Amino acid sequence: MPDIRNYTLNFGPQHPAAHGVLRLILELDGEVIQRADPHVGLLHRATEKLAETKPYNQSIGYMDRLDYVSMMCNEHGYVLAIEKLLGITPPQRALYIRTLFDEITRILNHLLWLAGHAIDIGAMTVFLYCFREREDLMDCYEAVSGARMHATYYRPGGVYRDLPGKMPKHVNSRVRSRKEVVSLNAAREGSLLDFIEDFARRFPTLVDEYETLLTDNRIWKQRTVGIGVVSPERAKALSFTGPMLRGSGVEWDLRKKQPYAMYDRVDFDIPVGVNGDCYDRYLVRIEEMRQSNRIIKQCVEWLRKNPGPVILDDHKIAPPTRVEMKEDMEALIHHFKLFTEGYCLPEGEAYAAIEHPKGEFGVYLVSDGANKPYRLKIRPAGFAHLAALDEMCRGHMIADVVAILSSQDIVFGEIDR
Amino acid sequence: MIHQAILTLIWIVIKIVVILIPLILAVAYLTMAERKIIGYMQGRIGPNRVGWMGIMQPIVDALKLLLKEGIVPTKSSRYLFLIAPLVSFTAALVTWAIVPFQPGVVLANINAGVLFILAVTSLGVYGILIAGWASNSKYAIFGALRSAAQTISYEIAMGFALVGVLLAANTMNLSQIVLAQQGNIFHWFWLPLFPLFVVYWISGVAETNRAPFDVAEGESEIVAGFHIEYSGISFALFFLAEYASMILISALAVIFFLGGWLSPFAGIPVVEHWFAFVPGMIWFLLKMTIFLYLYLWMRATFPRYRYDQIMRLGWKVLIPVTLVWIVVVGLMVELHVKPWF
Repeated sequence: MPDIRNYTLNFGPQHPAAHGVLRLILELDGEVIQRADPHVGLLHRATEKLAETKPYNQSIGYMDRLDYVSMMCNEHGYVLAIEKLLGITPPQRALYIRTLFDEITRILNHLLWLAGHAIDIGAMTVFLYCFREREDLMDCYEAVSGARMHATYYRPGGVYRDLPGKMPKHVNSRVRSRKEVVSLNAAREGSLLDFIEDFARRFPTLVDEYETLLTDNRIWKQRTVGIGVVSPERAKALSFTGPMLRGSGVEWDLRKKQPYAMYDRVDFDIPVGVNGDCYDRYLVRIEEMRQSNRIIKQCVEWLRKNPGPVILDDHKIAPPTRVEMKEDMEALIHHFKLFTEGYCLPEGEAYAAIEHPKGEFGVYLVSDGANKPYRLKIRPAGFAHLAALDEMCRGHMIADVVAILSSQDIVFGEIDR
Repeated sequence: MIHQAILTLIWIVIKIVVILIPLILAVAYLTMAERKIIGYMQGRIGPNRVGWMGIMQPIVDALKLLLKEGIVPTKSSRYLFLIAPLVSFTAALVTWAIVPFQPGVVLANINAGVLFILAVTSLGVYGILIAGWASNSKYAIFGALRSAAQTISYEIAMGFALVGVLLAANTMNLSQIVLAQQGNIFHWFWLPLFPLFVVYWISGVAETNRAPFDVAEGESEIVAGFHIEYSGISFALFFLAEYASMILISALAVIFFLGGWLSPFAGIPVVEHWFAFVPGMIWFLLKMTIFLYLYLWMRATFPRYRYDQIMRLGWKVLIPVTLVWIVVVGLMVELHVKPWF
C-alpha cells in the first residue's frame, strides 16, 4: 500500500488573504490543518540596522513604515525611548495631541483590521464602509502633517507643529458634483478640531452600522465563535499583547498599567473577552474603537481650552521657528546643527513601550553617547502573534486559517521590519 | 418529407438563437447590474467610464477576455482542461430549452421537464470537477472537491423541494405547472409551499456557487478555486455559465413558485383590467429580476459559510424541512385545501 502523506499547500505570499507577504506552508489532512508553518522575512528592510547609520531624529520616518496602518503609534514608541534617554518631557499640549492622534491611529488601524477580517470571512460590504471612514481620519493626518500615511509628526520633545486652524477643502472637479463637494466640505469649514469633533460625533453610529452587519449575523458567528481559541494562560505564555491578550480575558493595557502621554488624565475602559476566540477578539476591537472615540472627545475638549507650545523650547533638541531663524544667528546655527549632526544621547539604554493598536510596541535603544543609536531593537506586537499561528490553527479548516490570521491583525511591515 | 425536416430544423435553430442571444446579453448586463447594485450598496458608483453611465462596460470586458491569451498550464491534462468550461457552459444553456416564457413560447414543451432540469443541472458539476482535476493545481482541486460535494448535497434538497411542487401541480411539464397556479398572487405555489420555496431558493444559490455559498471559489481561502488556472476565453465560459445558471435558477423559481407568466392581479376586479395589456413574458421577466436582485443583495450582505457548515445546513436543516413539508403538501392535496388544490 502506498504510504499516505499529508497534503502540503503553499499559502501565499501572493494570496489575497496573506495580509501582505506571509508565506504559509499548510500541512493538510483533507481540509483540516495539521501544521501551519509561517515563513517571514519577505518584507525585511533592515530598519533596525538602518537606524544605526542615521542621527536619531532622522529615523522617525522609518518608524511610520513599520506597521504601515498605525503610523503615529510607531513614531510614539520611538520618540518616547529617545525622550526617556534624554530625560525630557514634552509640553502638556503636545502630550494631549499625542494622545489624540494615538487614538485616531487606533481607530484607523482597527478599521483596516475590521475591513480585512470581514472580507476574509466574505462580508465585503463592511470592507468598503470601513475604508469610507478611514478616508476622514487620513484627512486628519494630512491636515496635521501634510502626509496621509507616513506622517513623521511626533518629534522628540513634542510634535512637529500645532493643530491647524483650518481644514483643506475639496474643490469641484469632473468626478465630483458641486452638491457632493458642498456636503464633503460641510465639516471642513472650521478647524481640525472641529473636523475631529464632527467625526467623533458621527463615529458611534457608524460602528453600529458595522455591527448590524456582523455582530449578530448567524454566519459571522458560525465562522468566528470557537475558532482559534487561546486560553488566558497560553496567551500570556505566548507573549500576546493588546487585543489578542484582552480577547483571551486578561485585563492588560499599557495605557492603564504604565500610563504614558496623557492616558492617566482621560477616562476610558478596557474591554476584555471571555472565550479567547475570534469572535471575542472581534468584540474587543469593536469596543476599543468606541473607547478610542471617547478619548478623542476628551482630548478635543481639552485642546480647545488650553492653547500653548507643542514642542520644547530647547533648540538643542527641537528646531527653532522659521521666524527666529531669519533674525537670530544662534537660531540659524541650531537649525543647521540639528538637521545635519542631530544631537547626542547620553550613554545608556532605554526601553519604551506603548499600547499600540496591535499590542505592545516597544523600542529598546542603546546609546554609546554618539548621535546615532548603537543598537535599536523594535519589539513588534504582531511577531509573537504570528508565532502562535500554528498552535491556533491546528485542527481547524482552511477557511478558519484565514479567519484566525486576520483576527491576529497581522501587518508585515512590523513583523519583518 | 426531407424538405419538411430541414425546414423544421432551421426553425428550431432560429428559435435557439432567439433564446440564446438575449440570454448572453442578459448575462452580460447581469454582471453590469451586479457591479452597479453592489456598488451603490457599498457607497460607490460602480463602473461609469465606458459609454453612457458605463453601459458598454460588459461588452468591453467580454472583448478583453476574448482577446486575451488562453494559457494552458504545461502539466495539465490539456484536452480535459479545455473541455471543462464547455461542459459547464453547455449544461448551463441546455436547460433553457424547456423554459416556458409565455403560453406556447417554449423551445421544447416536454412532459418530463422537471426530471430534465435535475438531470442537466447535475451535469454542470462535471465541468467544475474536470476543471479542478485537469488544472493540476492544489487550489483548483480543493475548489473542485468542495463544489462537487456542495452541488450533490444541495441537489437532494432541491429535488425534494421540487417533489412538493410536483405533488401540488400533479405534472412534470413546466407549462402545466404554471397553469396549475392559475389565479392571482395568492393562488401561486409560494404560499402553500412556502418552506419548500425557501429551501429551493437557498439550494439554488448554493447550486450556482454564489455568496454566501461560494466556497468553491472562496476568494479569500482558495483564491479562485476551480478556475484559478483559467484565463481568457475559457475563463469567460465559466463566467458565462455561472451567470446563465443564476438566471436559470431565478427563472425556475418563478415557474415553480411565482406563477411563471401569470399576472399577479388576475381575478382581482378592477386592477385586473388596468394591467390586462401587460404581456405574460413581461411578468415573467419582472419576477425573475426579483430573484436576480436577491442574489446580488445576498452577496453584498452575508459573510461566507465554511465548507462543512454548508454541508451541515444542507443535510441537517434543509432536507428534513422538505421531508416534513412534502407530507404536509400531500395532506393538503388529499384534503383539497382551497384555493390551491
